Amino acid sequence: MAENEERLRRTMMFVPGNNPAMVKDAGIYGADSIMFDLEDSVSMSEKDAARVLVYEALQTQDYGNAELVVRVNGQDTPYYANDVKAMVKAGIDVIRLPKAETPEMVHQLEDDILAAEKEFGREVGSTHLMAAIESAKGVLNAPQIAAASDRMIGIALSAEDYTTDMKTHRYPDGAELVFARNMVLHAARAAGVAAFDTVFTNMDDTEGFYRETEYIHQLGFDGKSLVNPRQIAMVNKVYEPTEKEVLNAKNVINAIEEARLKGSGVISMNGQMVDRPVVLRAQRVMRLAKASNLVDEEGNYIEK
Amino acid sequence: MKNSVNRDLPEDVMKDLNYKPFETTEIGHPEIQRVAPKVHVSTGDDKVVTSIKQVIKDTLKDGMTISFHHHFRNGDFVFNTVMREIIDAGYKDLTLAPSSLTGVMNDMVIEAIKAGTITNITSSGMRGSLGDFVSHGGLKNPVIFRSHGNRARAIEHGDIKIDVAFLGVPNADALGNANGMEGDAVFGSLGYALMDAQYADKVVLLTDNIVSYPNTPASIKQTQVDYVVKVDKVGDPDKIGSGATRFTKDPKELKIASTVNDVIVNSPYFKDGFSFQTGSGGAALAVTRYLRQAMIDNKIKASFALGGITKPTTDLLKEGLIDKVMDVQDFDKGAADSMHTSANQQEIDASWYADPDNKGAMVDQLDVVILSALEIDTKFNVNVMSGSDGVIRGAIGGHQDAATAKLTIISAPLVRGRIATVVPDVTTIVTPGDSVDVLVTEYGIAINPKRKDLQEALGNLPGVPVYKIEDLQKLAEQKVGKPKPLEFTDRTVAMIEYRDGSIIDTVKEVKD
Repeated sequence: MAENEERLRRTMMFVPGNNPAMVKDAGIYGADSIMFDLEDSVSMSEKDAARVLVYEALQTQDYGNAELVVRVNGQDTPYYANDVKAMVKAGIDVIRLPKAETPEMVHQLEDDILAAEKEFGREVGSTHLMAAIESAKGVLNAPQIAAASDRMIGIALSAEDYTTDMKTHRYPDGAELVFARNMVLHAARAAGVAAFDTVFTNMDDTEGFYRETEYIHQLGFDGKSLVNPRQIAMVNKVYEPTEKEVLNAKNVINAIEEARLKGSGVISMNGQMVDRPVVLRAQRVMRLAKASNLVDEEGNYIEK
Repeated sequence: MKNSVNRDLPEDVMKDLNYKPFETTEIGHPEIQRVAPKVHVSTGDDKVVTSIKQVIKDTLKDGMTISFHHHFRNGDFVFNTVMREIIDAGYKDLTLAPSSLTGVMNDMVIEAIKAGTITNITSSGMRGSLGDFVSHGGLKNPVIFRSHGNRARAIEHGDIKIDVAFLGVPNADALGNANGMEGDAVFGSLGYALMDAQYADKVVLLTDNIVSYPNTPASIKQTQVDYVVKVDKVGDPDKIGSGATRFTKDPKELKIASTVNDVIVNSPYFKDGFSFQTGSGGAALAVTRYLRQAMIDNKIKASFALGGITKPTTDLLKEGLIDKVMDVQDFDKGAADSMHTSANQQEIDASWYADPDNKGAMVDQLDVVILSALEIDTKFNVNVMSGSDGVIRGAIGGHQDAATAKLTIISAPLVRGRIATVVPDVTTIVTPGDSVDVLVTEYGIAINPKRKDLQEALGNLPGVPVYKIEDLQKLAEQKVGKPKPLEFTDRTVAMIEYRDGSIIDTVKEVKD
């Protein structure tokens, strides 16, 4: 998706949908995506209250440029249908389906969203969706799930349920997730959607958080799901391009502009031809640099 | 009558108490006559006594003014011990003039008011049941609230004439040489009490720790002291400090603190030799940590840190990032201990700290201060005295005094729970907007339009959105709605003095 290419999704911050203070303040931390949770963080007795709270917040609060996501309850629960309706009506950007295991589940959500868009007079196709992969079956079906809908913006690995399903648990070195991470990432890339890594819950282990984030950054994930706003700055730091990367990217962008002005179809830099992957990478570096306040309006590197 | 910040002041009370309305934050260069205390001459050999009851009987008369300090905060045993005796002895019509009142004193003050023992109060602040009692008309005469610097001024002028000062200390020798640094109940600087020791007619020290003569370093000196009373315990060490000062983990406080740091670092004042004051709240402590990193990164050192001191600040002193700590009170044991060991941590009295009628006070040299607010309005006026229900629940502290710094930053969340912090008009003006420069909230900052230089310096910081303060107020209102106006009776329950002794606002009795 074109839109997918343009948006940075380094950080997806989880916000319990039943916590008014956190729902109210979710916009101040600079998360690329905010995910209001109606599922696991909300107890049974508060499902309706959380749905109403998030609905009202989406109507009244200003979350700036953040992409707004809601994790609805699973399709096997009595809350799912109302969750989808309310969130489509509220104008949510993305509905996140938990425990996705088959493309059929995605198709079901797609149908439900479409019906809701029609019911509430929302533009058809304007509600996007994403899927959380939380089981062995989900991981093996990830390529089909990622490609199951034009509305799909990304897939996310959810390691807590997955490791339980695999009869293991999380280890500091992450070896138990190597296959799932690579599967989810490849499925996402093949389908042209975003890939989100799982949460890291131990807030006291800053070193471990950096280690894991650097690792998934190296693999190629778009970003990470987060449980605490304090993790946002840390992820952004890992995704921040180096001065050399920015200067190089800027040269590539300049070369593109030069070629455009000359009306030339071939882009060259320092006598070398610049091919498409280099151009795409340069554009992504510039987006990251801008988001990290490393460049000015014209894209010039700001000396620290 | 209205003052220059547009507050209606009650003509009758203003006239009765001989007050002028607040006009300006400028102090000018008036000539001031200070007062001096009476001295009962003695060689000092007979100061130590064991009966506080006898001391009270020998020194106190109906209608007098008595004082205490609040350095023991909520670990204070002295206030209640002395007041118990005074109430039981049947004294009437006393004026209570402590440096401030802490929660542990509330019940005793209320009892003394009900008994007719206390009929007037002047203090930096009051909270809890006492604030509630006064706001509901429990005290006939209005309470006079003064900042720490203004209390020093009022004592030096004779506006507060202390007849007997009862001062608890963790150590003293037989003649009254004492400091706040040794003993069980240490609290560090005696800054506020030094005024009482210097200006009260009778100075009574209470201590649980009589040490050999001569006791040094002597913050309070034998030349000032009339009695040394031996008591069992002056305070509870565990409740004196505001607890271990932990780095906050609240992401909203951290966000505000990091923005405060951005404001400081990008201001014209962040250069080698700058000076600063922070408070004791979670966000203030976090600012100190961010500031530390910024000072290291930019190879900048501060010439001094001022005011109420916490361990994160004395850590910077140890690290060599601050040359001197000018210390009027210590908020935790770490800061108190540091005063004992570091020659560069100077104890200062309230006059030196912040008295406006001075030959120069420390606050006059201050570059940057970070202060809090219960409310701030679109004129940048700040309330640290009355709550959202109109009830007294705060203290001026050094707020008005430190706000005279070159860069005064108010750090406060846009809303607290369902209550807006940024409002069209504050309930009670304590610090006038003229002395406030930047408001920092979790959503962004607002710069006082009078500070064109700061608009320029801070107008374009990455990740720091700049709002008009009116827009922040609207944003707050959009979140929490418009509250029903508070209802008050016509009766004045408290007068808020500006630091020069003029009246900046009053507090009315709440109508329930």
